[in-house]
Amino acid sequence: MTNQKFRQIAFSVNGRQQTLYIDIRKSLLEVLREDLGLNSVKQGCAVGECGACSVLVDEVLIDSCIFLAIWADKKEVRTVEGEAKDGKLSKVQQAYVDEGAVQCGFCTPGFIMATTSFVEQHQGEKVTRDQIKKAHEGNLCRCTGYQNILNAVEKSTDN
Amino acid sequence: MFDLKTIIKAKTIDQAVKLLIENPDAKLIAGGTDVLIKLKQGKDGYARLVDIHDLEALNYIRFDDEKNILIGSGVVFSQIIQSDIIRDTIPMLCEAAKSVGGPQIRNIATMGGNICNGVPSADSAPSLFALNALLVIQREKGVRQIPIADFYKGPGRVNLNQGDVLIGFKITRDNYQGYKGCYYKYAMRNAMDIATIGCAVSLKTKNHVLVDYRIAYGVAGPVPLRCHATEQAVLHQAVSNALVDKISETVENDVNPRTSWRASRDFRMNIIKELSKRVTKEVFKRAGEKL
Repeated sequence: MTNQKFRQIAFSVNGRQQTLYIDIRKSLLEVLREDLGLNSVKQGCAVGECGACSVLVDEVLIDSCIFLAIWADKKEVRTVEGEAKDGKLSKVQQAYVDEGAVQCGFCTPGFIMATTSFVEQHQGEKVTRDQIKKAHEGNLCRCTGYQNILNAVEKSTDN
Repeated sequence: MFDLKTIIKAKTIDQAVKLLIENPDAKLIAGGTDVLIKLKQGKDGYARLVDIHDLEALNYIRFDDEKNILIGSGVVFSQIIQSDIIRDTIPMLCEAAKSVGGPQIRNIATMGGNICNGVPSADSAPSLFALNALLVIQREKGVRQIPIADFYKGPGRVNLNQGDVLIGFKITRDNYQGYKGCYYKYAMRNAMDIATIGCAVSLKTKNHVLVDYRIAYGVAGPVPLRCHATEQAVLHQAVSNALVDKISETVENDVNPRTSWRASRDFRMNIIKELSKRVTKEVFKRAGEKL
């Protein structure tokens, strides 16, 4: 086996093309935070249970802490940093603000991406509270007690 | 950072087999939800990896010419949940897939990995046992098919040699057509939890008589298992509440749960007996039988 410790990856992050020479041992979380300074991506549990590191890779919601950075080659990655456009929050972000769904804020970027994924998948559909819960079961919040988050998601899906 | 030494991407299944043979201490990585965590925990034996993440050749859900269901080992749980084929033919596997982790995990964890890691709590295993799934394994000298019942050798140990790659699952038509099934996962929480007990039932009735009955459990022993004695004991009997009670009494002799920090043997046994009733009744309902 070749002993290649570094590899070049070319991928799009929040719509911007990036070419990086990265350590093969790094998670996507580490590359986003350390190489690109995208600090919205949080490390909570580091084993794929809390969802604080959630990002979209080719529009698929994943935990970036257990996703090898080399797998992001040729993909499109979205983090919270890219959600606001022209100084205006996305509909999901605004709903979180309006509903007071943010307390300490650590889990919020992961939640926003989970909600964004959910909302985009269910455009134009009427969704139930149970569907919302099921789609957010991979994100933990220790402050809010979830009710305001559920309200914010509901508000994000209002047409 | 993960304590990796090397990782080589296999572009084809044949190349994965070749790389595994050339590198006797290398292991496969697909979704990574188990392997990367083992690496993080500093577990031995995962420093050299052959990467089959996103390998297109392992990603399919379709029928073959004989209407057997074929599922690639690289299919992730979200695909199982969204598949029309699975929902229409073996919805119990959808129920199993829905019970796994959260969306982030279901979007990346593969069917193949769920079985190959050999854990007794694999949510897809009881359904695959109840469906008599065949595992399609590619090796250096061709492809072999083995029944899932012959795959597990012990906790964390499966019937794969270095250079073997599980490429997919085959559920033959005679194992799903006319059957109704259900999977129920009992866990301490409704989300992001490991099964305390998982139970799958698949059955067929004719004129209100059981013509085939299969019940399989996860976490009821060192490996996922079928309850053959129970299945034999209830065959050709009329559907009734008494029959359901009989199942829950005999099932005790077919299983061997253990005490762990998650749950005691006694507690698990209680759940095993209760689930045999609940899941069987649910399947009777789905089959249009009245109790």
